[in-house]
Amino acid sequence: MARNNEIPEVNAGSMADIAFLLLIFFLVTTTIETDVGLDRKLPPKDPTPPIKVQEKNIFRVSLNKKNELLVENEIMSLENLKSATIDFLDNGGAPKGDGNYCDYCQGDRSLYASDSPGRAIVSLNSDREATYGVYILVQNELTAAYNELRSREAERLFNLGYEEMEEIYFDPQTDLKAKSELKAKINQIRTMYPMQLSEAETNMNLIAEFQ
Amino acid sequence: MSKFAKKKDGDLPAVSTASLPDIVFMLLFFFMTVTTMKDSSLLVENTLPNATEIKKLEKKDRVIYIYVGKPTREYQKVFGTEPKIQLNDKYASVDEVGSYILAERAKKPQEIQNVLTTALKVDKDANMGLIADIKQQLREVNALKVNYTTYEGNAFNNLQ
Repeated sequence: MARNNEIPEVNAGSMADIAFLLLIFFLVTTTIETDVGLDRKLPPKDPTPPIKVQEKNIFRVSLNKKNELLVENEIMSLENLKSATIDFLDNGGAPKGDGNYCDYCQGDRSLYASDSPGRAIVSLNSDREATYGVYILVQNELTAAYNELRSREAERLFNLGYEEMEEIYFDPQTDLKAKSELKAKINQIRTMYPMQLSEAETNMNLIAEFQ
Repeated sequence: MSKFAKKKDGDLPAVSTASLPDIVFMLLFFFMTVTTMKDSSLLVENTLPNATEIKKLEKKDRVIYIYVGKPTREYQKVFGTEPKIQLNDKYASVDEVGSYILAERAKKPQEIQNVLTTALKVDKDANMGLIADIKQQLREVNALKVNYTTYEGNAFNNLQ
């Protein structure tokens, strides 16, 4: 009896259909999600005892319901917010010999702006009717101001931008030793320009808190 | 003579479709790797704002999502056009945010319960009042790490 030893080939013609079916299933059930954003830490619920802060150390930014920006009681366009914040933070008004003297500041050392970056507080206040998109824009500009100053100092001290340092630090491929070294550097930069952004609920509250 | 025999008919040879499955599989794997499963369908419009100074949200399992925006068109007849909060698969009021966070936190393994981040996915046209209320609720339940989820892009596009 003649036997056919060859195994008959499986017809793969419908493979494409099966693959298409799977493809369409994945197209329908999944989304391309964004997982980036601005990180913030909210203040704890228990009210901290009011700290005495001099008015010159507060940079008041408020957003009204028409999405207009009021910075230190003057209307300002959103484009100028970043440079104004940098000027305020980097002012370094404390005189030489004072405990708060800031030797790395490059501002004009005016008596009417912050003593040192460590003391400077940015107070952000937004109306309930303000648009979220504009609020994010303001937050973004304020963060950009801090990042620019931090990067400047990081370049000067370590020849590496602040954002690059953070990127390497959060990269899971970086080994532990490099990480701990970087952490010390990042912390040093952060203490030079600590991000102190206060979002008090109301204007009245803020005045009560800081005067 | 046969060397010059006329080719039969004028038919074009059929294009081989043997590599079609390979191409489709390639597409399939592409989509499988770059997308993530939807965990809830959106009931609110969700055009996120743009920002440049962004950080990546690491570790998906440590994130709790809150969606805010005005109801999508099909629900506008019932719920109006005022921005609403969406938790999981339904609309919620501001007071429910706190208990939602606590419930979600209880679902997570113990060791990551105090390193959770709340991602606020808010439509850029929502108003700040609602966000302030949500933030107040988050403070009540001590969920202090928040992430304002955005797209990467020029932040001045938010003005339009």
